[in-house]
Amino acid sequence: MAPIIRVQNLVKTYGKFTAVDDISFAVEAGEIFAFLGPNGAGKTTTIKILTTLLKPTKGHVEIDGLDPTRHQNEVRERFGIVFQDPSLDDELTAYENMDIHGALYRVPRRTRAARIEMLLSLFELWERRNDRAKQFSGGMRRRLEIARGMLHTPKILFLDEPTLGLDPQTRNQLWTHVRKLNTDEQVTVFLTTHYMEEADRVASRIAVIDHGRIVAQGTSAELKEQTKTETLEQAFLSLTGSSIREEEADSKDRMRNMVRLWRG
Amino acid sequence: MDVIYVLWLRQVKRYVRSRARIIGSLGQPLLFLLGLGFGLGPVFQRAGMGNYIQFLAPGVIAMTVLFTSVFSGIELIWDRQFGFLKETLVAPVSRLTIMIGRVLGGATVAVVQGLILLAICLVAGFRFPSLATVPLALFIMALIAVLFTAMGTAIASPMRDFQGFQLIMNFLVLPMFFLSGALFPLGDAPWLLRAIARVNPLSYGVDGLRGTLGGIAYFQITTDIAVLVSVTVGLLLLGGYLFSRIEL
Repeated sequence: MAPIIRVQNLVKTYGKFTAVDDISFAVEAGEIFAFLGPNGAGKTTTIKILTTLLKPTKGHVEIDGLDPTRHQNEVRERFGIVFQDPSLDDELTAYENMDIHGALYRVPRRTRAARIEMLLSLFELWERRNDRAKQFSGGMRRRLEIARGMLHTPKILFLDEPTLGLDPQTRNQLWTHVRKLNTDEQVTVFLTTHYMEEADRVASRIAVIDHGRIVAQGTSAELKEQTKTETLEQAFLSLTGSSIREEEADSKDRMRNMVRLWRG
Repeated sequence: MDVIYVLWLRQVKRYVRSRARIIGSLGQPLLFLLGLGFGLGPVFQRAGMGNYIQFLAPGVIAMTVLFTSVFSGIELIWDRQFGFLKETLVAPVSRLTIMIGRVLGGATVAVVQGLILLAICLVAGFRFPSLATVPLALFIMALIAVLFTAMGTAIASPMRDFQGFQLIMNFLVLPMFFLSGALFPLGDAPWLLRAIARVNPLSYGVDGLRGTLGGIAYFQITTDIAVLVSVTVGLLLLGGYLFSRIEL
């Protein structure tokens, strides 16, 4: 069977800066694929290209056999995404957030209602369906975003650092839900995270990206063997080095800080 | 159509639910109406210009619509990074549809704010000389609302953060308001002011409202409507183009 995500010699440059430097990988349908790398390695840029939000400079990308630059809408129907930054409407209730998503993806009314109930129950939010998103904790918001991303029965679910800032209990529960969706609906999961033990536990295969290049890919066991290390964290550090990546704070980071102030 | 409707409904719901915002954004126009209206009223009267509240009310209503519309356009900057906009930008829906939904939603909110202020003006002593042109006034109010929501969207689309916000307020929105004839009659103003007012779209909005609500127009009402319609179409096209180029 053809892979559901295929990336060949992908390059993305911004002026002189190369964010993604000639990467190639493939994700098989139904797998949970972890895309790991230090800050600024090119993870989010890659996700944006896969999800039609950015155009590649060079190279070829296929989502379920379709080119995201030419078949934008067809590709968009095929994936759900949870962004790094929040994307809920805080003034709307959990149910309304789901319902708008259903309308945007043209999910027929009857299936929409049934699926919203199923997903909100799965993510333990059905009782709180009439509460506004702004009353939700960080973990609940994340759950609602994942539930929403699954509403139109996508083939691929992109999760960009979904567990950032959550406590271990919440993280654990979140991945349990994601794994359940993966088995129940055969949805392919493409995730990024900075928590190595999560990737180790959840992902069937892992690619490590650094400075825009893929430095290793394989199962967790293969990566450990290749680097002769005991844990995935050690393997990761041995692949990417231990120097800290100093990124300059851009406008987005400044705004993120403002959000933290506001949301407390 | 369904998509435009849900996006419109979303903004109306947000508006109805945020009472603090409704009251907050009425504060400034109220201050102008009461402070200037009653403060300068006697002077205006003595200058032989008649009742100042009668003159000022349409200007202050236009101001409310202007501020509410520009803000809801500019909200885009925030919404893009930390709000709901991203959710719509990855949906299998054209950017134009999303923009139309947003603009209609923002404009509806601005018109409602304008109507609330109209009610307050009536309490403060403003009177319609004739009810016949009131429906036309509503149409002009809607035009002003769509025009400036589209303008806000066009300005916000290429903006990355709020750094430029102060600039826009002080060098675009406030000047448009102060130099529109909302507060003073354009007829006796120096030629430079009149010239500026002629290229300021808000002048035609204020004038149209004054003509239809208060019965005194400086330009022709048909001119007002013609200018407002063409600027609105132009800004919708520009806004639509810039909005479609947003990258996250």
